[in-house]
Amino acid sequence: MSTRPTAPAPAPAASPPLPAPTPRPVPTTNVLPMKVLPMGERALLVELADGSAAAALHAELLRRRAAGDLVVREIVPAARTVLLDGLEGPDGPDTPLRLAARLPTWEIPPLPARADDVLEIPVRYEGPDLADVAALWGVPVRDVARIHSAAEFRVAFCGFAPGFGYLTGLGGVPDVPRRATPRTAVPAGSVGLAGPYTGVYPRSSPGGWQLIGSTDAVLWDHARVPAALLSPGARVRFVPEGR
Amino acid sequence: MTDRAFAVVRAGALTTVQDEGRPGHAHLGVPRSGALDRPAAALVNRLVGNPAGAAVLETTLNGCALRPRCDVTVAVGGAPCRVTVDGRAVAWGTPVRVPAGALLEVGPAVSGVRGYVALGGGVAVEPVLGSRSTDLLSGLGPPPLTDGAVLPLGAAPVAPARVDTVPQPGPPRELILRVTPGPRTDWFTATALRTLTTRAYRVSSASNRIGLRTDGPPLERAVSGELPSEGMVLGAIQVPPDGRPVVFLADHPTTGGYPVVGVVRERDLAAAAQAVPGTVVRFVGVGGWPGARGG
Repeated sequence: MSTRPTAPAPAPAASPPLPAPTPRPVPTTNVLPMKVLPMGERALLVELADGSAAAALHAELLRRRAAGDLVVREIVPAARTVLLDGLEGPDGPDTPLRLAARLPTWEIPPLPARADDVLEIPVRYEGPDLADVAALWGVPVRDVARIHSAAEFRVAFCGFAPGFGYLTGLGGVPDVPRRATPRTAVPAGSVGLAGPYTGVYPRSSPGGWQLIGSTDAVLWDHARVPAALLSPGARVRFVPEGR
Repeated sequence: MTDRAFAVVRAGALTTVQDEGRPGHAHLGVPRSGALDRPAAALVNRLVGNPAGAAVLETTLNGCALRPRCDVTVAVGGAPCRVTVDGRAVAWGTPVRVPAGALLEVGPAVSGVRGYVALGGGVAVEPVLGSRSTDLLSGLGPPPLTDGAVLPLGAAPVAPARVDTVPQPGPPRELILRVTPGPRTDWFTATALRTLTTRAYRVSSASNRIGLRTDGPPLERAVSGELPSEGMVLGAIQVPPDGRPVVFLADHPTTGGYPVVGVVRERDLAAAAQAVPGTVVRFVGVGGWPGARGG
């Protein structure tokens, strides 16, 4: 699976290739400001300026782990941090101390603005909180679906329950507060909003997110490979059903 | 041909299937789970000749009773307790042959909280993401045992147990938890950091497989803002708004929004699994803990 366009054909020898190749190994523009915090004997918590910087570091960490340049059991992105857990003991190449020194020197490419692989999730925009969300956004009820389905989302991180993703990408509308009183049972497949995030409940559970719709997509099935439909970094679009 | 399985006669307060858990899926919101007292679970497996990763039963306070449908070697460890086969006392912490149809009774813990019962071949329920552990936070893995349930056993181990009996640490009178700083130590006042490492806390009865909750002086925060969700690790000491530290155990959530003042060393967590409610907890700052000497 490639999310990058193939490299353009080399320019004729007469004219210099554009843009000029980046001199290596001096990292310049893409060194991310980060704070590397200790977290026990086997982990580091890397704090970044914002969610997109965390996403860029997360992508770089996955690349390096796949290339064998990083030995770590868990890479757990969150709102603006990435946790590295299960690092090697004192004799391994990536002790927390050594990695803490190495990380800030990495050149980390920004994420591409749009992805080639976008997962589409069909949604019936008929959630019980649709009217409340419309009122908060100051739009007619039917526009909630239009606005929500026009955005391209990215799974920023997972948590709360297996397969529950926190999706970002909804711009230009106010953040939605959690419900004052959480529901004791939110049905599986419910699509909800809270803060800057959109989430889909993988199974029935208590929940305080404002529900705008529902989907028949199976978010989590431990007998399936992969078990989770959404994993951090995935790009997602919600498609109104029946159109 | 006998059936390689056992019936649950008395499930006990909370008996779950546990192995080494399912690490590697935290990014999907899947807790690591697994036996809380890892050394005890590994030991009973060794006693019956199982590999370290075989699934055992983890009991809570009052044991359980089982009736195997085949001859099987069992060993009971962790929290010390009386063990009987068809009413006759047998040794705790030692491999015991239980004939098909006999009643194995694992009594209430004399001290400690969690008992471990290894059966030759291991509990062979269907693994989920590579583990047979019951995860009480996410609901993955088999449900806790219920009276009358029948669980399968794996093939009997070829290698017999090479040890007859081994010493096991007794449950702690006082729980000493060594704490390294980070990642959010600086979200707490200097007074709070001193309070944590000098005052006595007690194990709260609200403790479970997710976390060891404590009663004691609340920790005052230096930063009052809200912390965006961040990744959590085993042993993390999370401080919720009530200020009482919670030490994350195997079924802890993978992300959390309360600051982690420090992290308990992993090798101290087995004792935490055996500390009964009311046990005194002393947090000892190490590894550069502010104001601590040495490390």
